[in-house]
Amino acid sequence: MDLTLQVWRQAGPNAPGRLVDYPAKDISPEMSFLEMLDIVNENLNAQGIEPIAFDHDCREGICGMCGLMINGLAHGPQLGTATCQLHMRKFNDGDTIVIEPWKAAGFPIVRDLAVDRSTFDRIIEAGGFITVPTGSASDANLTLVPKEVAEWSMDAAACIGCGACVAACPNSAAQLFTAAKIAHLSLLPQGQPERWTRVEAMVDKMEEFFGSCTNHGECETACPKEISLDFIALMNKDYMKAKFKNRRLVSQAG
Amino acid sequence: MAVTESPAKGRRSLWLLDLYGSAVGKKWAMALSGIVLLGFVIAHMIGNLHMYEGAAEMNEYGEYLRVIGGPIIPHTVFLWLIRLPLLAAFLIHIHAAYALTITNNRATIDKYKQPREWLAASYASRTMRWSGVIVLLFVAWHLADLTLGWVNPDFISGEPFHNTVVSLSNVGIAALYIAANIALGMHIFHGAWSLFQSIGVNNPRFNQWRRWLAQGLATVIVIGNISFPVMILTGVVG
Repeated sequence: MDLTLQVWRQAGPNAPGRLVDYPAKDISPEMSFLEMLDIVNENLNAQGIEPIAFDHDCREGICGMCGLMINGLAHGPQLGTATCQLHMRKFNDGDTIVIEPWKAAGFPIVRDLAVDRSTFDRIIEAGGFITVPTGSASDANLTLVPKEVAEWSMDAAACIGCGACVAACPNSAAQLFTAAKIAHLSLLPQGQPERWTRVEAMVDKMEEFFGSCTNHGECETACPKEISLDFIALMNKDYMKAKFKNRRLVSQAG
Repeated sequence: MAVTESPAKGRRSLWLLDLYGSAVGKKWAMALSGIVLLGFVIAHMIGNLHMYEGAAEMNEYGEYLRVIGGPIIPHTVFLWLIRLPLLAAFLIHIHAAYALTITNNRATIDKYKQPREWLAASYASRTMRWSGVIVLLFVAWHLADLTLGWVNPDFISGEPFHNTVVSLSNVGIAALYIAANIALGMHIFHGAWSLFQSIGVNNPRFNQWRRWLAQGLATVIVIGNISFPVMILTGVVG
């Protein structure tokens, strides 16, 4: 396959950026999208041109490092996968592919296609940790969790923090990420003691960097882990409950 | 690092303002005020169906709204008890939308060069701000036209049937009403679904009902409201 890439090039965080055309020749349909970029970079290097900077790590869809806006779609045209899991067979010979970094005020561009997603770390930090018994490991199944609850919590925990939700959102909102990170704890019994302080702290921290949700649902379709909008509703409900809760009575059921 | 940080913004003495200070709180305010406004829009449309009964019944309905609760409650007091919360909901809805738009513009300084391919966002959801502004301008016109009579030269106070017919007999004004109601319908199409998400009413068993409710409400309100200018222009009513 012969392709034309239009790639966002930006020398540094405050440098002006622009789309630059690069040919990508003799690309095998079996290659992953990132392998295609590797080939293009090798050629650029051979020509003495600075290679395109992009983030990647595990290349099997579990680390959350890679993430590119490909033809106006976060992680490209294949739904439910990260950029690294996208293969060139999804494109046709002669295609022009536009590649941009995530663009959001909360994700400043480091260089070319690489962005700084440390604002996500700030949100996680604000959540703090959960109180668990230390010492020797407790017996398995000491704390009972219904199967469906465990599954639903795991669905939220599948978030790899890639930032596609923010990138796809017309408001650059980080609701889906934050909601998933809140829900995977707040659904489980182990997450109950700090449930109300956690949702308050994480939402407030999120709002320092990101926009507000208008319920378009773009995040859900962009998410490589197909995390549900239902978690955003849960976050909104818990945030309001947290504001009403008498904190001295949180150990009471109901 | 503390186990869990206390809320970053610090507690304000008025917790309701503290809540409204957050974007999630503003979305709650938008949803709740939206429910109030939606209730009004439904009641307004149903009430106006008296137009089909004739002039006497429509005018009687208009007058009845002013005498509800009488003679214990003085004339028009009940109406104002409805109008004031409605006005409050309207202002809250607009202020929250304005403030959230500023927040969102700040969060999206950088725009993509390539055109976005929308997979989930509907035309209605992406044009909420525009449909909202159109509805706002229309409400101003509508009040000046049929409540206050400022822009309606044949306006007679206390005769809503006559006022509506003379105003909507004008093709241009009828077109304005139709266009504005389509914008209102689009606003409701997204808003009446979106509000459930904003206040966390989410249950997989009923989630599909939220879409159906929003689509049904938008359809019923648009058809009901647009029927008035259409029926007046075609001479069925008047």
